[in-house]
Amino acid sequence: MKKRVVVTGIGCVTPVGIGKEAFWKAITSGVSGINRITRFDASQYTTQIAAEVKDFSPEDYIDKKEARKMDRFTQFAVAASHMAVEDAKLDTEAVESERFGVIIGSGIGGIQTLEEQHQRLMEKGAKRVSPFFIPMMITNIGSGHISMALNAKGPNNTVVTACASSTNAVGEAFRVIERGDADIMITGGAEASITPLSIAGFCSMKAMSTNNDEPQKASRPFDANRDGFVMGEGAGMMVMESLEHALKRGATIYAEVVGYGMSADAYHITAPDPEGKGAARSMENALRDGDVSYKDVDYINAHGTSTPYNDKFETMAIKNVFKEHAKELCVSSTKSMTGHLLGAAGGIEGIVCALAIQNDTVPPTINYETPDEECDLDYVPNKSRKTTVNYALSNSLGFGGHNATIVLKKYS
Amino acid sequence: MVFETVVKIIGEQLGVEDLSTVKKETSLINDLEADSLDAVEIIMAIEDEFSVEIPDDEAENFKNIGDIVAYVEKNK
Repeated sequence: MKKRVVVTGIGCVTPVGIGKEAFWKAITSGVSGINRITRFDASQYTTQIAAEVKDFSPEDYIDKKEARKMDRFTQFAVAASHMAVEDAKLDTEAVESERFGVIIGSGIGGIQTLEEQHQRLMEKGAKRVSPFFIPMMITNIGSGHISMALNAKGPNNTVVTACASSTNAVGEAFRVIERGDADIMITGGAEASITPLSIAGFCSMKAMSTNNDEPQKASRPFDANRDGFVMGEGAGMMVMESLEHALKRGATIYAEVVGYGMSADAYHITAPDPEGKGAARSMENALRDGDVSYKDVDYINAHGTSTPYNDKFETMAIKNVFKEHAKELCVSSTKSMTGHLLGAAGGIEGIVCALAIQNDTVPPTINYETPDEECDLDYVPNKSRKTTVNYALSNSLGFGGHNATIVLKKYS
Repeated sequence: MVFETVVKIIGEQLGVEDLSTVKKETSLINDLEADSLDAVEIIMAIEDEFSVEIPDDEAENFKNIGDIVAYVEKNK
């Protein structure tokens, strides 16, 4: 007998706000977190804009000595996890630590650390590479640090599937609880890749918007004038529990997790399947897993990166899966505001779905001005909408052709 | 002077704000809770600061901060 699984805590560090309240207020008000890059001199780059996390002090959440030995993505991960645990009113000293686990995603891990240490290697030689280089850089160290910070001795894993990483992580955490291997999981994702090398790489791929003069208008998913994604950074973490465990301790339930699906395009390293078949299979698998009819879905938090290809093929995929209902449901891309958090995107977007269900409010796709005839769904343009959300679905589609989808349901 | 600089480096590497209790007899590992990786990084920073080379087998014999200072004073 599968266990029922619910979301009981939320923590986030995002370009539009730190903490659940600030984040939700910003994305339902249509606030853009995108500006010119300040973390390094990007003046020679074709893309000079990003959605940076502002006013983040790791010391607010992490011992100063520990924080020094963490890459920025780990600092985000640990901070958001502490927030989620606090939000869930979970006493980590009282829980059975062996049944408390962590599965998070990150696409690139400690790339800032890698760049800094490589520079040291080139300038000062091999003997000056920090002994903390490896344990700061490896992508799994985020979930390692969270386990240490929260004394979570249960299942622990890190998923790396590029931009699908944290939706895969959320899905895998859901499975762990569903099959009874743990009672509580911290899940979501973290990313901090607004770095010279990383931005240069994405620039060379011509994947990012070059609308440097109007940063706040640069991320415009589904709009006819979209010209690429905008890199974001941050972390989104949830406390996920078996329903049994949540009820026993009287936890507040945001939503129930009912379905998880994934697929591979098996088509190209970066380009999506030109008919959106992989994304469609992912959504179908998630709906089937949750025994949910496509007709019951009220909201899709789209991958919606604002690249010409993604938005077109994702729209096609939604139309294939949802048929006549595709035009009735709400589809929005919060990346219009947060930018694209790569491997952390599914973490904060899973949170968006949980909060949309809790508040019966769908956040908008901002900068939607010029309709594209190939993108012809209701993208909740520019203003959030009050509407009943019983079922919400979150899509994440990654380089490598990875597709992942989760389905959340109003708890009753 | 060497002692003060070494203490300052240790403080920075370990995030210790109150350095008033750090003496020559203080042990990095037993008193300041440094792990083996911290110790490597501290030795590296000291090598950089004083332009000295501290071989691994010397570093392994340091019992306290006084030993580090003595080594630096002798070899810089």
